[in-house]
Amino acid sequence: MSNSSDAVPDPILVVESVVRRFDGLVAVSVDHLAVHRHTITALIGPNGAGKTTLFNVLTGFDRADAGSWKFDGVDVSGWPAYRLARQGMVRTFQLTKALAGLTVLDNMLLGASGQSGERIVVAPFRFRWRAEERATHERALALLDDFGLSARQRDLAATLSGGQRKLLEMARALMVEPKLVMLDEPMAGVNPALVQSLLHHVQRLRDEGRTVVFVEHDMDVVMSISDRVVCMAEGRVIADGTPEEVVDNQAVVDAYLGQRHARAR
Amino acid sequence: MNWTGILSDGVRAGLGINAAIYALAAVGLNVQFGYAGLWNFGQAGFLLVGGYGTAIAVSSWGLWLPWAVLVGIAASILLGLLLGVPTLRLRGDYLAIVTIAAAEILRIVVNSTKVQSVTGGPQGIGGFANWFFDHNPIARGRYGFGTITYDQRQLWVTLVTWVLVALASVLVALLVHSPWGRVVRAIREDEDAVRSLGKNVYSYKMQALLLGGAIGGVAGIMLVFDQQFIQPDLFQSAITFYAFAALILGGTARILGPILGAIAFWFLVEGADSFLGNAVDHNFLGVGHLVDPTQIGTFRFVLVGLVIMLLVIFRPQGFLGSRQEVMLGEQ
Ligand SMILES: Nc1ncnc2c1ncn2[C@@H]1O[C@H](COP(=O)(O)OP(=O)(O)OP(=O)(O)O)[C@@H](O)[C@H]1O
Ligand SMILES: [Mg+2]
Repeated sequence: MSNSSDAVPDPILVVESVVRRFDGLVAVSVDHLAVHRHTITALIGPNGAGKTTLFNVLTGFDRADAGSWKFDGVDVSGWPAYRLARQGMVRTFQLTKALAGLTVLDNMLLGASGQSGERIVVAPFRFRWRAEERATHERALALLDDFGLSARQRDLAATLSGGQRKLLEMARALMVEPKLVMLDEPMAGVNPALVQSLLHHVQRLRDEGRTVVFVEHDMDVVMSISDRVVCMAEGRVIADGTPEEVVDNQAVVDAYLGQRHARAR
Repeated sequence: MNWTGILSDGVRAGLGINAAIYALAAVGLNVQFGYAGLWNFGQAGFLLVGGYGTAIAVSSWGLWLPWAVLVGIAASILLGLLLGVPTLRLRGDYLAIVTIAAAEILRIVVNSTKVQSVTGGPQGIGGFANWFFDHNPIARGRYGFGTITYDQRQLWVTLVTWVLVALASVLVALLVHSPWGRVVRAIREDEDAVRSLGKNVYSYKMQALLLGGAIGGVAGIMLVFDQQFIQPDLFQSAITFYAFAALILGGTARILGPILGAIAFWFLVEGADSFLGNAVDHNFLGVGHLVDPTQIGTFRFVLVGLVIMLLVIFRPQGFLGSRQEVMLGEQ
């Protein structure tokens, strides 16, 4: 299968009629949304459009008031967050959740799934999990290297800068070996040079056969790496298509991009 | 002033049975609160259930004592399940409220005359620990050094309890330095981050609650062995708070923290008691005008409280804790 958006549609995630209300406010009301396998999809939209809320609902961190969604052919609506993550759908948070009291390396090791040493009956017997731990360790170091954090592996995550925490959180999510990575504003607060390397990473994830959905406000970033763009406003999907289609869409210009951006194109 | 007398009173208590029992209770709290971040304010309830489970299994069912001990431990695990199932999915404060209430309710229930035929009500139960003392291998006599001595009975129960403290601590050390411990420590930091990585947070919190509760149950069993008697008043909420004081004194999330803390706590309590007794007798620094002899038992806790306050101000991480970890909340 090719990586481009005009490939035969093969959705890894299909959302149907998902609604989330807070008191009177309809934060999310998505009739239909499909995320295609092996693509990078950008989710854009003004502040308060419901992007994070949709992430929360789909990944089991919030409940939906109505609707259903399928991941990799399985109806996963209402599943708890940990089961969705095990199933291969892993997200990061807009407000970074680095585990401040753990070292950078421990943050990474925690990400690996299916560790036998995480079971209480096996844990006291080091010889039962030592080899596995060593392999996890190697994988973690390789990823930290990729993300430019290997020099900080022994430091508490609390000592990292905001941008470094973003990087750590993304690297940690990759330790889970997800099929679908959902990144909520991964570039926010990361310096321009690092943004380039992060973009490179995101593209590599796709090339490795994973699928990426990311929320982003920087349109240059969105245009440079996305295969598809979805725009939300007031809880609804108002546009869904190739990057070019979406930025030229009048509803998107009105609700989000503004006239200046439209003229510039 | 008899300073060596004060010191040896402190040391005797710091090595004695109470310190060992509180060390065990605090090791359990350390698993729950220190590593997993669970607010169990009802450790006294876990001690109670362990103690009563054992005593009742012997007195009512006629069980052999070693089996009865297992019944006591099972009872404290069951209590953990009952308290954990409804609360561990909720915010942390719910567990705190439910555990403290449960500990009080349990104490009132076992005191009730309605269940007197089983629990002995306010009169309690005695004679269930005979097997334990019949198997004391230590010959009759007094053992120790200088003025710090214990008779063969005290020495036996104290040694066994310290050995249990060591075993529990080794188990906890093995666990927290494993991938299991990594998950549990991460939960203390941020549950959602751990969930997002595919870990069943609820299950880990339950495991930590049950392990800490079971260790608390063993502490309760040794408490009633030492007394050779069980009654509701042995399980005041103060147990929980003294055990917390010991844990914070020694340093949370450190293997030796609860042990060192319990030793220091009982050294301070009995040392302060002895000091006040002396000070009143000799009117040291005018203490005789402030405190009369009947008030020493209460007043010593004022001194202990003062010491703990100073510690929390100047060394919030306790003797062994990591200042960096304690100060994370500041950021
Ligand atoms: N827990 C909550 N309780 C009440 N209202 C909420 C809650 N979470 C989100 N909302 C509301 O839902 C709407 C969507 O918020 P959401 O965080 O999903 O927006 P967003 O698209 O991620 O915005 P941003 O780009 O600023 O991150 C907002 O109006 C917000 O106020
Ligand atoms: Mg958001």
